Amino acid sequence: MAEAAEKTATPTQLPDAGGHFGVFGGRFVSETLMAALEELEAAWRKYIADETFMARLDSDLAHFVGRPSPLYFAENLTRKMGGAKIVLKREDLNHTGAHKVNNTVGQALLAQAMGKQRVIAETGAGQHGVATATVAARLGMKCVVYMGSEDVKRQSVNVFRMKLLGAEVVSVEAGSKTLKDALNEAMRDWVTNVDDTFYVLGTVAGPHPYPAMVRDFNAVVGREARAQMLAEYGKLPEALVACVGGGSNAIGLFHPFIDDGDVAMYGVEAAGRGLSGHEHAASLCAGRIGVLHGSRTYLLDDDAGQIIDTHSVSAGLDYPGVGPEHAWLKDSGRAQYVGIDDEEALAAFHELTRSEGIMPALESAHAIAYGMKLAAERDPEEIVLVNLSGRGDKDINTVAELEGLTL
Amino acid sequence: MNRIDARFEKLRRDNRRALIPYVTAGYPGPDATVPVLHAAVEAGADLLEVGMPFSDVMADGPVIQEACARALEQGTGLDQVLAMVAEFRRKDPATPIILMGYANPIERRGVARFCEEAAVAGVDGLLIVDCPADEAADMRAELARHDLHQIFLVAPTTTDARLKRAAELAGGFLYYVTVKGVTGAANLDTASLAPAIERIRAAAGVPIAVGFGIRTPEHAAAAAENADAVVIGSALVERLGRADSAAAAVETAREYLAPIRQAMDNTASSNTDVVSA
Repeated sequence: MAEAAEKTATPTQLPDAGGHFGVFGGRFVSETLMAALEELEAAWRKYIADETFMARLDSDLAHFVGRPSPLYFAENLTRKMGGAKIVLKREDLNHTGAHKVNNTVGQALLAQAMGKQRVIAETGAGQHGVATATVAARLGMKCVVYMGSEDVKRQSVNVFRMKLLGAEVVSVEAGSKTLKDALNEAMRDWVTNVDDTFYVLGTVAGPHPYPAMVRDFNAVVGREARAQMLAEYGKLPEALVACVGGGSNAIGLFHPFIDDGDVAMYGVEAAGRGLSGHEHAASLCAGRIGVLHGSRTYLLDDDAGQIIDTHSVSAGLDYPGVGPEHAWLKDSGRAQYVGIDDEEALAAFHELTRSEGIMPALESAHAIAYGMKLAAERDPEEIVLVNLSGRGDKDINTVAELEGLTL
Repeated sequence: MNRIDARFEKLRRDNRRALIPYVTAGYPGPDATVPVLHAAVEAGADLLEVGMPFSDVMADGPVIQEACARALEQGTGLDQVLAMVAEFRRKDPATPIILMGYANPIERRGVARFCEEAAVAGVDGLLIVDCPADEAADMRAELARHDLHQIFLVAPTTTDARLKRAAELAGGFLYYVTVKGVTGAANLDTASLAPAIERIRAAAGVPIAVGFGIRTPEHAAAAAENADAVVIGSALVERLGRADSAAAAVETAREYLAPIRQAMDNTASSNTDVVSA
């Protein structure tokens, strides 16, 4: 791949030295975490400039993850929608079945370089937990994954996968028993065991340097896609579409295109049972600016500033905050954020499965659903590039249950 | 003069170490908080920390997390917390009150409005756990306008550079977190305390409080040998949680804090040369 050459394209210099994207981001954490974050930031800056480290990362992405992931022209779906070409970036074909592993391979190598023997992670759908447990198994590290008890129930297959990989899965009973509570618990573990423990955060949220670091590890998606578009289609796409929970797959795709002003960007949030009520997880579409999990960003809270329970059919999007760079992209107008509800996502799950033989994760099905809408409105000469961030095997129990079936 | 400064001046004159109990507002019930605060003062508390319940208390352990969740269920938000402080003030105009909490509820209300309302209610300082000095620039001006102190944490892992900055910005006192962990996480490591306090004293001119992991009179006495103030949080909150009425909570606070006060005073009288701040 033209990977090495593409790395020189630096579309934006954000965040600033304090981890701010405009008014967003930063480091809103207790003093007890500051030294750990500073140590992490120093190590990250050191090793991403280290040729040996980056060569090891590139090699692992090629041979362990299976990169580059291909672009796939969804011809049948395109024909049905009767508009722009729908092209999929096949992150579902990565080892462990989603984009999450791009980041965990990077962070685990960083943990190893820093001499940390134990990694911890939070997980929602379980994809990040599985991706962390996978790299921990390979590098011989102890691994503990925090998961909301609600998600443990919804994603039993992934829980078992993590256990098979040797990870300890801790079911978190606090709060809404979902991703945000798992993240709180992982932070508590980290602050307590900071000497030997590396916290592998799974999305572009949290305190600096996580939003920038996780973005950089996932930006391989956008760098590849950009080069593949030029090589295979002779042009850049007219639009990018990706689902946004915390926002790591979306920022990974978007970031290398930020300076390409003609490429529109659409982040698709979970509208759950509708944006008019409270049963959704669309912090950019329907939230307000506040402080959660270490950064200033858009979030979902009540009038007293308490974080509220979110809902989405997809556990991976069920999060009341969002990465601060997305907040900045929204306010700067560079990207647009839209909502897709549970029913639309489920319909897209079936549509892609039946028309292309590709079963998307319910998270990614949100992006597929919006990509279909967008393609229908656009000219056949145009290309809508949708990030197919994960595969849907993990969701078949959820889909069956919603349709009244027991497997 | 801010009540915190006045109180520490008096403590210094009296050669007395401060006992600072922490209670989560609205826990175990909304009617318990003000009586428990008065009882704490009667049992020997010199300053009071009142926790503002939040849904996602990332830096707190299971005890305070549970207390916040229960308090929120019973409707204790910022309005109620400020009303409790105002009610406390009607009977006790002197004991300083520090509100401890997280940034989001304050931002939602508006920093300027919150600072004004807090000052009117009789609050003296704020400890916003997830708003370290690095992010506090906007808040500082509002706090200063209302003569409210911002209390900063110092951790065992705090670097010299960060300590210097915290010392420059500190109002009231610096709060030294004695353990790596969340509130209520582990027991105090008394051996490491003396050199840690010495390091902070060399950098800061304000009094030093220690907290996180202090649960027994022995811990408190050991902490009082080195520090100017001792904070008791989770251990008290855990006991309050077992009280089934406001009256029982008052009794619990009194019984738990009195021996701690006693142990601290015994220590202080035998170490008259320690207080130097």
